[in-house]
Order: sequence, then C-alpha cells, then structure tokens
Amino acid sequence: MPMSEVLLVAGAFLASAVEMVETVTIILAVGITRGWRSALIGAVVALVVLLVTVAALGPSLVEYVPLDVLRVVVGLLLLIFGLQWLRKAILRASGLKELHDEERLFGEHVSELKAEPAVDTHAAIDWTGFVVSFKGVLLEGLEVVFIVLTFGANSGRFDLAVAGALAACVLIGLVALVVHRPLSRVPENAIKFGVGMMLMAFGTFWLGEGVGVEWALSDLTIVLLMVLYGGAAAGLVAFLRPRAGVTQPAAEASVS
Amino acid sequence: MKWLVAFGAFWYDFIVGDSIVLAIGGVATLVLGYLAVRTMGEAAPQVIMPAVVLVTLLASLPLWARR
Repeated sequence: MPMSEVLLVAGAFLASAVEMVETVTIILAVGITRGWRSALIGAVVALVVLLVTVAALGPSLVEYVPLDVLRVVVGLLLLIFGLQWLRKAILRASGLKELHDEERLFGEHVSELKAEPAVDTHAAIDWTGFVVSFKGVLLEGLEVVFIVLTFGANSGRFDLAVAGALAACVLIGLVALVVHRPLSRVPENAIKFGVGMMLMAFGTFWLGEGVGVEWALSDLTIVLLMVLYGGAAAGLVAFLRPRAGVTQPAAEASVS
Repeated sequence: MKWLVAFGAFWYDFIVGDSIVLAIGGVATLVLGYLAVRTMGEAAPQVIMPAVVLVTLLASLPLWARR
C-alpha cells in the first residue's frame, strides 16, 4: 500500500477516534438519564444519515468536479481545518486553554438531561434523549464526514477513508461498551495534535498540486510536511508553556 | 430568516472557527502558491507554501500573552 494511502487511513481513523470519544460521552449521558433505547436509536439514525451523506456526495464530487478544482477547494479546507485543530492542541498542551475534560462534560450533560421532565424509559422513545443523542452524533460526525469526503475525493479511495473512520467508530464504541463510562483516559489532545499535522500536510500538498506544483519528493512530501509542522508545533508549545505558568514537560501535557 | 442566519453561523463556525487568521492564512497560501508557480518556477512554491502556513500558525497564537 503506498505511503499516502497509509496516511489517509490513519488520518481518517484518528480524526474519527477523537470525535467518537466526544460522541460516546453524549450517548452515555443520554443513556443513563433518559434510557438506552432512545440514546442508541438516536445515535444509529445519525450514523445512517452521515453514511448516506458520504455515499451520496462522494462519487458525485469525483464525477462532476474537475480534479484541479477539487484539489484546490479540498486542499484549502483541509489546511484551514488542520490549522484549527493544531492551534487548539497547541493552546491546550501549553496550558493556555483548558484540556478537554470528558468527565466534566459528562457531568454537565447528565445535569442538563436530569433537569428535563422525567419519562418512563422502558415504555417508548424519549424524544429529548433521542434528539440529544442524534444531534450529538450528527454534529461530531460532520467533521469526520468532511475529512472522509475530502480524503476520499482527492485520492479516489473512498473505501479506505470510510474504512479508517468506521474502524475507529467500532473500536471506540467497543471500548465504551466495556468501560461503560466517559473515555477520559484517551489522549485526546495528543491525537488532535497528530490529526492537525496530518490535515495540514495533506492540505498543503493537495493545494499545491491544485495550483500546479509538482512536489519534488512526490508522496514523501506529505511526511516531510508533517515533520515540519509537528516540529514547529512542538517548539511553539515549549515557547508558550512558561507564559502560561506551566512547569511540567510539554510531552506530558500533550498526551494527558 | 432566523434559520438562514443560524445556517450561516454554523458554516462560519465550521470553516472559520475560533480564529479568522487561519482562514485568511489558508487563502494567502493558495494565492501566493499560485503566483509563485506562475512567476518563479517549480522550486519556489515548494518552500513558500509551507512557510506561509507556518507564519499563519504563528500569527494565530497569542505568543506574547500571559494567562
């Protein structure tokens, strides 16, 4: 398998894993407070909507949009998206922004849902639970759909992008099923750091190809760009940490 | 109308996010890359484009801020 395809699967897998961790927190909160039936039906319906979106938009993107236009648009969006992810990860790793706390978010969701009028969770679908679960999966999943569509459209391998994303869904779903609590120990910020780097590297690469650049190192350029962006980001974390008054090593925070 | 505003706000948040600098930097990478390909040949854009991306990232961070 060519290196760009390995990176493509890894990118889709990791991006999907991060979003799944956040989604699982919402589903768990809904399941515990409003009943598992509504939580799971809402999640499954949202997942079907997301899969249909990929199936409907994916092939038509490749068929009707010229490749260079696709590369420019997709490259630009991926680059901006990657910059957003990496910027947020740098701010969190350096202590300038709070780390994502799944336990705290879980507590907030549970309190909000408990405040809603009680229902007989065994009788029928609880619409509050259904809507919260559906919305949570749909909104978190949209970012993954965007990544799968862009990766798939540019490489022509939707199967690989979808497989990477689905593998993460299954893996995180199974872990959540076993653990049965928010996945607060998943190194979310470190994964976001990696995905941000990858999206930026793919974005720059495809944007360049779209405007006519023939990268001297071909696919290897993507790896080189990842190293460049990753190194710069690590340097920025080290630079920013003293300003945030944080003393522990950067690597520790980026994976906590 | 309300729905349209909400729809626009959703996409603005989705694409632009927390920092508009990133969106501007992305477009600058595209424009400068295009100009470099047309006027400077093959090698220059391969350096210019990643450099603009790095400058964008730098510019989006509060480098001199204190918590």
